[in-house]
Amino acid sequence: MRPPRKRGPFDEAPDSTWMRVRPAVSVMAGSLIAILPMVAHFPILPPFGLLMLLGWRLMRPDAIPIWAPLGLGLWDDLLSGQPFGSAMTMWMLCFFMIDLIDQRLVFRDFWQNWLIAAGGVAFCLSLARLTASPLAAHVDTAVVLQIAISVMLFPVVSLLCAWLDRDYEPA
Amino acid sequence: MAASGNRRPGFSRRAQYSVFASYVIAVAGTLVGAILLALSHFDPVAFAAFRAGVAEVTTPISSGIAWAGRTVGAAPQTVVDFVTGGQTAAMRKQIEDERALLTRARALAYENRRLKALLKVRERIAEPVVTARLVSSSGSSTRRFATLNAGAWQHVETGQPVRGPGGLIGQVIETGPNTARVLLLTDPESSVPVRRTRDGLAALAQGRGDGLLDVRAVSGNADFVAGELFVTSGAGGVYPPNIPVARVVKRGRDIALAQAFARADTLDYAMVERAYLPPLPPPPAPAAPPKAPKK
Repeated sequence: MRPPRKRGPFDEAPDSTWMRVRPAVSVMAGSLIAILPMVAHFPILPPFGLLMLLGWRLMRPDAIPIWAPLGLGLWDDLLSGQPFGSAMTMWMLCFFMIDLIDQRLVFRDFWQNWLIAAGGVAFCLSLARLTASPLAAHVDTAVVLQIAISVMLFPVVSLLCAWLDRDYEPA
Repeated sequence: MAASGNRRPGFSRRAQYSVFASYVIAVAGTLVGAILLALSHFDPVAFAAFRAGVAEVTTPISSGIAWAGRTVGAAPQTVVDFVTGGQTAAMRKQIEDERALLTRARALAYENRRLKALLKVRERIAEPVVTARLVSSSGSSTRRFATLNAGAWQHVETGQPVRGPGGLIGQVIETGPNTARVLLLTDPESSVPVRRTRDGLAALAQGRGDGLLDVRAVSGNADFVAGELFVTSGAGGVYPPNIPVARVVKRGRDIALAQAFARADTLDYAMVERAYLPPLPPPPAPAAPPKAPKK
């Protein structure tokens, strides 16, 4: 089979609406993992919405605008069972921190991305645990496990983001 | 790897302002989020309507996937049943039934002793509101909520107890038209009044958040032994009495670790019951108030 012809410099650019909303849609789909038909007895599912968000942000800073975690976090709050506004606030704070890191650490490798994502996930999950459940609850072991699983999953999520972004052409 | 983009978009005033505006929106939104978080901390059901709206859409999807999963998962069992003529299924069901019966019998024996002493019987007919499936739960949150596939249209109301074939599952805390959110027993903020089947010792079964329960004696000086069974006591008027709740797994004094009977991930149906409010006898006519002693 012949490979599709590469777009020449004078050809019309393809419609990019779908390209632009693809990151946001994939983050929302990640949050939808909560509707899987299973009843968990302790928090074990990694926060796929947050992982997708960090994956996009660290792979391509212009994929998701700076204010987008507000809407995406609101969507996650509607599904996750956390108190309303928690993902909205924490995801936004994560974005601010990554923005600051971007100013200091201009050239990043994947290892640094992974480290930043690990920090972001640990920050969000532990703060979420503090706001959602009383201090006396015995969920800390489960949350530590959840953080570990999420950090280990980050490379996979990054690959998924890169695959979704495979036909992106910088303007 | 390339350098991350500069935040200054160039000399265009318009572009500079739009970057500035996006940061203003982000900061303002964070503040709004923090306010929402504080609001939902003080009034946990404040945004129930939005959650119910989303659940209305997601529940049919969840139950559809669950139906497909059950059909595929039941295939090997169907083959075995076909070969053995359904014997395994019948025996498995018999074991389940007898286990439930045993707990109930123990509770009844205690009840009988108490009633003999009381010589006063008050009957209550347990009529379920609706029987539906639990379709999904808060898997990544530290809270333990499940979504029930029935809501206000099926007369499910906030506060009604939910039980499964094995025992108590939890309590309805939010209702939408066709869905309801159930606070599971294992949630860290759930607390159920229970009593020991052996002697009726009153206790509270509180969720720990890790799938187990803490049974706390209401009065001090209790000794819990592994294997002891707890059923709802009916105190508080929410949960009907004699629903199996938990079995102690580790010996403890005053507080013991227990496991809930209803494993909500393996159960098939959940039954919503009416809140248990025993009809109170009419209050006796107030006697003539004692006259205040004159000075």
